[in-house]
Amino acid sequence: MARRMPPVDVVLVGFGWTASIIAQELTDAGVQVLALERGAWRDTVPDFATDHIQDELRYAVRKQIFESPERETLTFRNNASQTALPMRHLGSFMPAAGVGGAGVHWNGQCWRFLPQDFVIRSHTEQRYGKGFIPADMNLQDWGVTYEELEPHYDRFEYLCGISGQAGNVNGQLVAGGNPFEGPRKRGYPLPPLERSASTVLFDKAAREVGFNPFPCPAANASRPYRNPLGVQMGQCTYCGYCEWFGCGNYSKASPQTTILPVLLRKDNFHFRTHCNVTRVNTDSTGKRATGVTYVDVEGNQIEQPAQMVVLCAFAQHNVHLLLLSKIGQPYDPVSNTGVVGRNYAYQITSSVDVFQKERLNPFMGAGALGQAIDEFNGDNFDHGPHGFVGGGYIALWNTGGRPILQHYLPQDAPKWGAGWKKAMHENYLTACSIATHGSVMSYRTSYLDLDPTWRDVYGNPLLRLTFDFQPNELKMSGFLTDKAAQIGRAIPGASIHEKKRQGPYSIVPYQTTHNTGGAVMGDDPKTSVVNRYLQSWDVPNLWVMGASVFPQNAGYNPTGTVGALTYWSAEAMKRYLKNPGPLVTT
Amino acid sequence: MGAALRKALALASLLLLALLCTACSHDRDPAAPSAVKLGERMSPGPWGQISRGRYLVRAGDCEACHTAPNGAPFAGDRAIPTPFGTIYSSNITPDPETGIGNWTDEDFYRAMHEGIDREGDHLYPAFPYPWYTKLSRDDVLSIKAYLDTLTPVRQVHRHNELPWPLDQRGLMAMWDGMYFQDGTYQPDPKRSAQWNRGAYLVKGLGHCSACHGDKNFAGATDMDDPPTGGYAENAYAPSLAGGVRDGLGSWTEQDIVQYLGTGRNSRTSAAGPMAEVVEQSTQYLSKPDLEAIAVYLKSLPAPKDASVATVDKDTLDRGAALYVDNCEACHLKQGQGEIGAFPPLRQSSAVQANSADTLIGVILDGARIPQTTAEPTGLAMQGFADHLSDAQIADLNTYIRNAWGNHAEAVEADHVADLRETLRKSP
Repeated sequence: MARRMPPVDVVLVGFGWTASIIAQELTDAGVQVLALERGAWRDTVPDFATDHIQDELRYAVRKQIFESPERETLTFRNNASQTALPMRHLGSFMPAAGVGGAGVHWNGQCWRFLPQDFVIRSHTEQRYGKGFIPADMNLQDWGVTYEELEPHYDRFEYLCGISGQAGNVNGQLVAGGNPFEGPRKRGYPLPPLERSASTVLFDKAAREVGFNPFPCPAANASRPYRNPLGVQMGQCTYCGYCEWFGCGNYSKASPQTTILPVLLRKDNFHFRTHCNVTRVNTDSTGKRATGVTYVDVEGNQIEQPAQMVVLCAFAQHNVHLLLLSKIGQPYDPVSNTGVVGRNYAYQITSSVDVFQKERLNPFMGAGALGQAIDEFNGDNFDHGPHGFVGGGYIALWNTGGRPILQHYLPQDAPKWGAGWKKAMHENYLTACSIATHGSVMSYRTSYLDLDPTWRDVYGNPLLRLTFDFQPNELKMSGFLTDKAAQIGRAIPGASIHEKKRQGPYSIVPYQTTHNTGGAVMGDDPKTSVVNRYLQSWDVPNLWVMGASVFPQNAGYNPTGTVGALTYWSAEAMKRYLKNPGPLVTT
Repeated sequence: MGAALRKALALASLLLLALLCTACSHDRDPAAPSAVKLGERMSPGPWGQISRGRYLVRAGDCEACHTAPNGAPFAGDRAIPTPFGTIYSSNITPDPETGIGNWTDEDFYRAMHEGIDREGDHLYPAFPYPWYTKLSRDDVLSIKAYLDTLTPVRQVHRHNELPWPLDQRGLMAMWDGMYFQDGTYQPDPKRSAQWNRGAYLVKGLGHCSACHGDKNFAGATDMDDPPTGGYAENAYAPSLAGGVRDGLGSWTEQDIVQYLGTGRNSRTSAAGPMAEVVEQSTQYLSKPDLEAIAVYLKSLPAPKDASVATVDKDTLDRGAALYVDNCEACHLKQGQGEIGAFPPLRQSSAVQANSADTLIGVILDGARIPQTTAEPTGLAMQGFADHLSDAQIADLNTYIRNAWGNHAEAVEADHVADLRETLRKSP
């Protein structure tokens, strides 16, 4: 029998980026907000202090900062004919646990999606015709436009103190920025990070080939920054330990460095750690959420009643919770009906390693210190002759030069021993790598459901992921990789190693944590779980945040868009609080 | 002189005093209660008195000492370490049995004005009555009116841990006789009302010189001396006098207002005990009061600058290397810090203070800038106790205290070792 806690106005599942934003906005609106976090409390000092955080073995190799698969994992298969098996080690992606969520361990690559990304189906049909879209591709529009999200992108960028160079302010192209970006109302709050030697190489080579390189937008502060909430950040030290580490210098935007100092002072906000939410509870009609049930660290089942529930966990966990709670119709891939678990998507990455003579000192880096080109992202180029949908950016990121996992060796270098050491010695300071970051569309065959066999530590069925790279994506990624190689070859004295992504998708090697979909947003309840405001179609006092609402994935890192959607949804929630009910009627 | 030796000497001297001064007498000032009125004011109703009291309780930072870590506010039981032993603060909630619920206004005024409790026992000057005696009777009774509104908390006063004969409260009568002068603040007619208000706050309720003033072997502060720096528990509170190098000489009035109101300014950030003072007390002071404090402090003359020996180059070279490795990323190459985020070390009076104990303590155990309403970010620095040896910390301190135009006495490794041990043992 679950113990019952006193009710609150709003309960948030998870306490990462989206929960912090929603909590800050709704507490300002005057309601009582409680966040339930499955992990631990963490703060810059002592948890990310620079005397121990730059420990690659502990954090990057032994993965001490991520979720623990022994508590929560998923099962995986490439297609429905296979039997899924549980992931016992993290691999292809690294979900977080703990206050701040993945906002603690991200690199800080903070992009906006392109205006066409939000209307990809109508745009593609209009430009290339209906027949251009593969039959099993569940391509769909978002139900929200770039123009509607622009002020919310802006809010997130000013919250985080993004360092960058605008490319399009109110329709006016600005030299040095990304000429392909959607128009923004104003420039970034901070100037770009200092360039590193490798990004200068890339910049020159890309210009030579005829592209328009620009500094990547970075949530690593290039200057001391005080955000609109009054929270103070320090400037980045280029220590090269962003991705998979917390920042010890208050330089990388995270809930801890941008919101929590203000949020935690409020009387109408509370949070509890080590609380794993296992159900969203509904009343007898199934149309109203009554709160959540969670399991604390002692194993006690606890019921937390609330007037409103917001799912702010990692993308797959939000979907898992909906399925376990039997909210919304689960997706059926055979009939292509149902919505929960539908349109899971990922991203497709590849790289071109570059070996040349100039000393680059890669250890002076920052998570989002990079130079990119956007010529081949979204629909910035004519897809007609290529026969695929989607694209991605090509960038040289100088995230750091960590000794164990961040070095590049020629293909023929020995894998161990004196020969390996020699190759390391000869290449560590001079090698670099150009990355491609490609979109993945949604397909009938890519989905999430409950595993029929495997259960988690709480006795609940594990989430099952069925996913593979489709020909459209492999073709697109190959195209991007060739373009990256073109840039690599333009670097003086360079020899290159082109590392194209091959199918089938393997969940073992790390690729990216940008999992999307499963609880997608849209205009039609038959093909979406939440409406354009991220409010559940079935249970209007339930909301879903984060990348699980992306109908398909774009060719950019998702956090900027997650932040913008969260602010967009928070505004809708404030209207809902005044007049509860569905904000969209069908 | 090591902390232990200093403590032993002080104790021995006090014992001697106890034997010699058996018949000290002290005249009380019977006229004090209604002697002074600080300006005209309207006769407030009960609410006005209570809200004034609440403001004054914050200004005096009563909660800091009268609340134990994680304890009920104002219920006392916080251990106050002194060179003579540990004193536990008392319960000032209106609990009739264990708090001040049965105290009359007169009882309370006597405690604040004379340092004598309801039972007639002498209080220890860890309770800053040598400063509070300067408060007007109106202010004291307003404080009482506010404390009377608190929820009564039952919390029995714990026995102080003091050696004989210091545990004999009668001894404090002698201490009072020798070092304590009661009397409400008398405005200086030659100074402005603003200056007098500042002096009243600094020398009275604010009891600034309790930390920022020098203490004699018996733990007493001379109220007429300018606050030229003193020990506050294990930290050193820098001089508030006009010295350019180690005082407030180069600060503007606006710097002082900003520091007390937000916990930071372009010159430094509050840390350690002062961070607590800003968080719990000075950030709540009105702008006119902060400005009055600034006007008063800026009127304090600069004492003669102490002569400081030149430091040898080898030490500076070692310290400079340690600075690059451990400090430069945040405090930057020229010690200029990042304004708003990480405090400058260059031209910092706290860094160049008479004693390096605050700087040593920050390097050993880290520090956190106060979180205030105006500046909510409590940026923190980690400690380096596990990473740097005593000798390294000494070299680093010596370097920081003498780089970029700074100039202050070198730090010895033995002193770092002593302080490391003291801090390790302190709660």
